[in-house]
Amino acid sequence: MSIDTATARKVAKLARIRVQEADLPKLAEQLSGILGFMEQLSEVDVTGIEPMVSVTPMRLARRADVVSDGNIQAQILANAPDAREGFFAVPKVVE
Amino acid sequence: MTNPNQMTIAAARDALRKGDLSAVDLTMSCLTAMDAGDDLNAFVHKTPDIALTQARAADVRLKAGGAPDLCGIPLGIKDLFCTKGVASQAASKILAGFKPEYESTVTTKLFDAGAVMLGKLNMDEFAMGSSNETSCYGDVINPWKIDDRKLTPGGSSGGSAAAVAADLCLGATGTDTGGSIRQPAAFTGITGIKPTYGRVSRWGIVAFASSLDQAGPMTKSVRDAAIFLRAMCGYDAKDSTSANIPVPDFEAALTGDIRGKKIGIPKEYRMDGMPAEIEALWQNGVAMMKDAGAVIVDISLPHTKYALPAYYVIAPAEASSNLARYDGVRYGHRAKLAAGDGITEMYEKTRAEGFGPEVQRRIMVGTYVLSAGFYDAYYNRARKVRALIKRDFELAFEAGIDAILTPATPSSAFGLGEMASADPVEMYLNDVFTVTVNLAGLPGVAVPVGLDAKGLPLGLQLIGRPWDEAGLLNHAYVLEQAAGFVAKPAKWW
Repeated sequence: MSIDTATARKVAKLARIRVQEADLPKLAEQLSGILGFMEQLSEVDVTGIEPMVSVTPMRLARRADVVSDGNIQAQILANAPDAREGFFAVPKVVE
Repeated sequence: MTNPNQMTIAAARDALRKGDLSAVDLTMSCLTAMDAGDDLNAFVHKTPDIALTQARAADVRLKAGGAPDLCGIPLGIKDLFCTKGVASQAASKILAGFKPEYESTVTTKLFDAGAVMLGKLNMDEFAMGSSNETSCYGDVINPWKIDDRKLTPGGSSGGSAAAVAADLCLGATGTDTGGSIRQPAAFTGITGIKPTYGRVSRWGIVAFASSLDQAGPMTKSVRDAAIFLRAMCGYDAKDSTSANIPVPDFEAALTGDIRGKKIGIPKEYRMDGMPAEIEALWQNGVAMMKDAGAVIVDISLPHTKYALPAYYVIAPAEASSNLARYDGVRYGHRAKLAAGDGITEMYEKTRAEGFGPEVQRRIMVGTYVLSAGFYDAYYNRARKVRALIKRDFELAFEAGIDAILTPATPSSAFGLGEMASADPVEMYLNDVFTVTVNLAGLPGVAVPVGLDAKGLPLGLQLIGRPWDEAGLLNHAYVLEQAAGFVAKPAKWW
């Protein structure tokens, strides 16, 4: 599976990573190389095999659906690049 | 006369308990070594004030008697662990300035046991790398040196490996998603164990690939690994994959008796083009186990060849999801925006500036394999192959195999920058012997066994049954005793 520049541009967009137009061909080439390496997987007979969900044969633990933490607004916001009036601040979103 | 920083954890523990040494003196010795070791670029955030406060408290506990094994033991903590009020950046620019408001479960357990934190250790960015060259702090330098070149300590836990090998600390935490404890341990002549998936809580450790990540200790001896690992393990309600099973006394399991145990030698690990030295090392290891009374059994793990490609689908897929959280909103770096930039530009610019090239590549590979139309062809197929890889091991263990012996790495440490022009896939080959263990969720340990012709350390890997770290460490102990590896890097830094 070869990745062309248009696909690389689309993947970068989906990943929300800005890639300069000039860098797309090299990215496409590298992604193609990695995906080419993955092509080996098509040699394996996986008939009747379920995709692995959990590596250990255990159910995910569940906890009681109760509040166990909270009232730590200042701590939650302490690392925000921009916080105002108790909220995370982001550029204006216009839909 | 050795300085206290050169001691093993076991020796320091005994000296602290006897009162022959104080935790403060031991910590001072490590802090001095840490400062003198700046050329290695292993410690990236030093916490001497925290260390001395913890050491003083440890001395009080030691005097009172009954202190835990790690009480007063100075450790380095990989930058991937969140430590309250101390920079925890996963060696990424995108977490610049991040100081967690909470403490990871592992570091909480270590501190509760009286351990001393000297500082945070360098690593590959988000633990993605095998040479510690993707860090925002710059490369870590291997304390082992044979000529003018600077060598890689391996990765991703390269800072941990270098710090332990250079005696800057008594032990260090590492994490292992595809070999990130075992490969750097092998490259620096130390011991590193990745426990069974679920043995150590992942809570508060920056996530890379959640179904593969496990933390473990990196130490100067197998006994130290046993002591340190016990302090890291245990059930944690905050990690839904944490196993609620008892933690054995791993040190007590080091009997040195493996008579009658069956050691599997997987023929698929004899790779094309494998250096003769690695093959010879492996055969030496086989002979050592045999001399100790183990039964050597040739086994087959037929899907081994597909482990790396499966890993490089699954790990980036999980990473692309885990790293979606770095959006410039809640913590870390946010790009400077131009007039008129909206929230999408903020995400795109922040992530382009914050993530290094390898991390960006893996996020995009993950995005691609999870995207509509390719999910079945790549991601689901890789998960099916993963099930087959796990089954290979299950069949071997069902046939009575107690542990599996393999090389740890395909070579000794290489020079920093030597892989710069290589294809990303060539770097991935470093993990060829270690990724299978993560895919199958098994415990694996790297033990230093010898030096190559150039004078650089080489390690062997032992793989154990699920939850049998105790048995695995005992096998590792036998290998360690038989190999008698005592070489240390000559101090140049």
